[in-house]
Amino acid sequence: MTYLAKPKLHHPTLPANKLGFTRRDYEGKISTLCAGCGHDSISAALVQACWELEIEPHRVAKLSGIGCSSKTPDYFLGASHGFNTVHGRMPSVLTGANLANRELLYLGVSGDGDSASIGLGQFAHAMRRGVNMTYIVENNGVYGLTKGQFSATADQGSKSKKGVVNRDTAIDLVAMALQLGASYVGRSFSGDKAQLVPLIKGALSHRGAALIDVISPCVAFNNHAGSTKSYDYVRAHNEAVNRLDFMPRRDAITAMYAPGEVIEVTQHDGSVLRLRKLAAGYDPGDRLAAMNHIATYEARGEVLTGLLYVNPDADDLHGHLNTVDRALNRLGDAELCPGAAALEAINAELI
Amino acid sequence: MTSNVQAGTAPRIEAVNDFVVKFANVNGSGSASANELFARSLLRMGVPVSPRNIFPSNIQGLPTWYEVRVNEKGWLARRGGVDLMVAMNPQTWDKDLEEIEPGGYLLYDSSKPMPASGFRSDIHVLGVPLTDLCATRYTDPRERQLLKNIVYVGVLAAMLGVEPEVIATLLGEQYKGKAKLLQPNLDAFMMGLHHGREYFDDALGLRIERRDAVGKKIFIEGNAAAALGCVYGGATVCAWYPITPSSSLAEGFQKYCSKLRVDKATGKNKFAIVQAEDEIASIGIVVGAGWNGARAFTATSGPGVSLMTEFIGLAYFAEIPVTIINVQRGGPSTGMPTRTQQADLLSCAYASHGDTKHVLLFPEDPRECFDFSAAALDLADRLQTPIFVMTDLDIGMNHRFCEPLEWDDERRFDRGKVMTAEELEAGRDFGRYLDVDGDGIPYRTLPGTHPSKGSFFTRGTTRDAYARYSEAGPDYIYNVTRLLKKFETAKELVPQPVLKAAARESRFGVIYYGSTSPAMAEAFDALQEQGVHIDTLRIRAFPFSAAVDRFVAEHESVFVVEQNRDAQLRMMLINEQEIAPAKLEPILHYDGTPITARFIIEAIAQRVRADNVEPIRAKKKGKAAA
Repeated sequence: MTYLAKPKLHHPTLPANKLGFTRRDYEGKISTLCAGCGHDSISAALVQACWELEIEPHRVAKLSGIGCSSKTPDYFLGASHGFNTVHGRMPSVLTGANLANRELLYLGVSGDGDSASIGLGQFAHAMRRGVNMTYIVENNGVYGLTKGQFSATADQGSKSKKGVVNRDTAIDLVAMALQLGASYVGRSFSGDKAQLVPLIKGALSHRGAALIDVISPCVAFNNHAGSTKSYDYVRAHNEAVNRLDFMPRRDAITAMYAPGEVIEVTQHDGSVLRLRKLAAGYDPGDRLAAMNHIATYEARGEVLTGLLYVNPDADDLHGHLNTVDRALNRLGDAELCPGAAALEAINAELI
Repeated sequence: MTSNVQAGTAPRIEAVNDFVVKFANVNGSGSASANELFARSLLRMGVPVSPRNIFPSNIQGLPTWYEVRVNEKGWLARRGGVDLMVAMNPQTWDKDLEEIEPGGYLLYDSSKPMPASGFRSDIHVLGVPLTDLCATRYTDPRERQLLKNIVYVGVLAAMLGVEPEVIATLLGEQYKGKAKLLQPNLDAFMMGLHHGREYFDDALGLRIERRDAVGKKIFIEGNAAAALGCVYGGATVCAWYPITPSSSLAEGFQKYCSKLRVDKATGKNKFAIVQAEDEIASIGIVVGAGWNGARAFTATSGPGVSLMTEFIGLAYFAEIPVTIINVQRGGPSTGMPTRTQQADLLSCAYASHGDTKHVLLFPEDPRECFDFSAAALDLADRLQTPIFVMTDLDIGMNHRFCEPLEWDDERRFDRGKVMTAEELEAGRDFGRYLDVDGDGIPYRTLPGTHPSKGSFFTRGTTRDAYARYSEAGPDYIYNVTRLLKKFETAKELVPQPVLKAAARESRFGVIYYGSTSPAMAEAFDALQEQGVHIDTLRIRAFPFSAAVDRFVAEHESVFVVEQNRDAQLRMMLINEQEIAPAKLEPILHYDGTPITARFIIEAIAQRVRADNVEPIRAKKKGKAAA
């Protein structure tokens, strides 16, 4: 490369990858999310995955919608171009960007409100078109930025901060993506870096539509009656602070468990998430089996995590559209404009 | 089988190369191609025509009309009134008869007897037993139906004097390599021709005579021309959602790209077209592609623009090149989806929430659809903002006789201010929203340009000149006032207005735009012939340039002719140019049909009369011209 980055000041023992980049070269601005937010763990996993894959940071384009999750692209890969688009519409913008230049890696970051509610249509169509991308849903089942409304992935029967019980059935984006033809489908947990980093690496290396649904607990809107860690409880017991900007400090939830195991994870709101890690012998090449598998475990109240399905031979939208190998945005006048003589021939036929 | 001619009480309309034929058909009966064949045959005889398809929002069964104005002088607007009605649809019989001018002609299928009460006494009736002719000749019901249309073209050719060789040539071109289809069509045409010659000698006072008034001009739909403009202008990404009357534009882009944009060596496409799930996704794809440096466009109509407005605001504020071709139709809501209007000016000029203003271009015909579509792609890159090409159904979906398309091989795409890796490497300061040149247009970098320099985060939220998130008042003001400066810069870059001065100095002016053009040109001449001198200014873009202010200042009173209810351009002139409302007199036509010269002449004559000037009337030449 002609334009290698100058090394930044960093700890001398920080290891560099083959390109000479340290992890710091894959970082972005300082996060403005709440301390302990699962989304920050996902950003860290993305940094780790890109560093390990030895991706040139500027060869990634990161796109997002609106919401807490969609703010995160500012907090990693600072040398990449980013685009914080409009609510629920990241998939179409990413599709257009990808069509313009197939030579970059496309990373879409979204949330459950962004993808399962306002953007469900765009989510579905980007998956079925096979846009070559890594699409990460940072799924916390809640609208964080607008302070705690249910999202469409919230479990039926769960209780919001205001004590409202969600009566609607939850949308499972993983099951949808499988049905719609996504060619790489995984689910993970923000606190399980050991699982998440390889899953992201696999997605970045995959050609086609790759979805990773990452369950990512929200530390802020965990309110339920009786909880000593609830927003209201803390407010009642700490009168010195402003109720709008006070945020109790919490640690990010982590979970380490082995393949095939079930682990119960107690979230900040006290709810228990039963994660089952796919067994080591699981065959992710069988789409129908994957759909069946997910449904079976869902009926037992367990959420399957891991790489659920992959089709390594998948084609992508460029393949479907039979576009040239070069990036469309690099084609010049001579390649695009048919010229005056061709136009005269067209005129001659138009009478 | 009865062929008959019934003379009417009014004297026959007599005209050569100057009349209106209207075909009343049933949608889905195969009439469209026969009617177009008729129109094309006149062009091949060197006589200008302007056909208009008046169609329902329907695939089969509802009434549809095809109106052909024949005019050797080249007036291409809808004239109004009908000299010869080919009435093939019993559903609309009464209404169709009403439209015929006194002394005009009715051609109908006389296979079944019609009661005399079904006709008007002042018109001349020509009964042709079309169904019987086809029933005798063909056994297949489908052939009987389809070829009936070609039979009446044959009868008309005989009556009007259309050269049969011309029709035969056109059929040969249409069915090239499809001998099985060609032969029955030729046969049906000849059957009609012979029948017409045998039974209707001199039954019609209307004649076609060969002229040389076509020259190098072409016959093309505005949507096809706009599609070609996008090919020539370098668009590589098109995203769209089907909506009348714009669908044929995206389909035309596909067709022309398949011919002109396939890499010969690899067979791969130098374009990408996505039929998206809705208009929101269409514009999203265009925004993404524009952000990433590809030339991209979408084609839509009013309801589509309504859906796109959130993204349009993002593209305006984040400064992303976007081209939107709006083929306008009758609104609001679903409105009149198969009728024409110029009623989206305000919704496009100020699309989206917050303070926004967008560049609009107003093509007058297919030739300008081509020119302005290519220009829009340049302007979008140059100005880094959404550009609207405001065409309409009348231009977009009708074949129009117009100047040939031209391209200068010396011309290069204007990709605008894009900072390269070399410039970044050389240490050039990069502030994504920094006004370096004083024209309000900042520099941008494309994703993937440089490993460590020039990356930035694009967002719809406020930011400073270096694209850093900021909600500070001064940063916000810097950006939005710079956007105004950029809009000011646009005034000189967009197509400038076209002035047509009257033969004598005039205190009256007319401002018009877009598809009103042919009617206005004809009205200008007709009025001038009667001694009414009015200067005209055809506006071709928003923001308005200084020439518009001068034009208004130079006239006591200015008529603003538009095809919408609310005088939308007039509102914009009042608001943007601070022109006194009393000075701008609206002339508005908005029933969904294309505006006619008759309408404009009538409206202007009335106002001028009220202004105590010598009264004038719509010109009547025979019964056939105005």
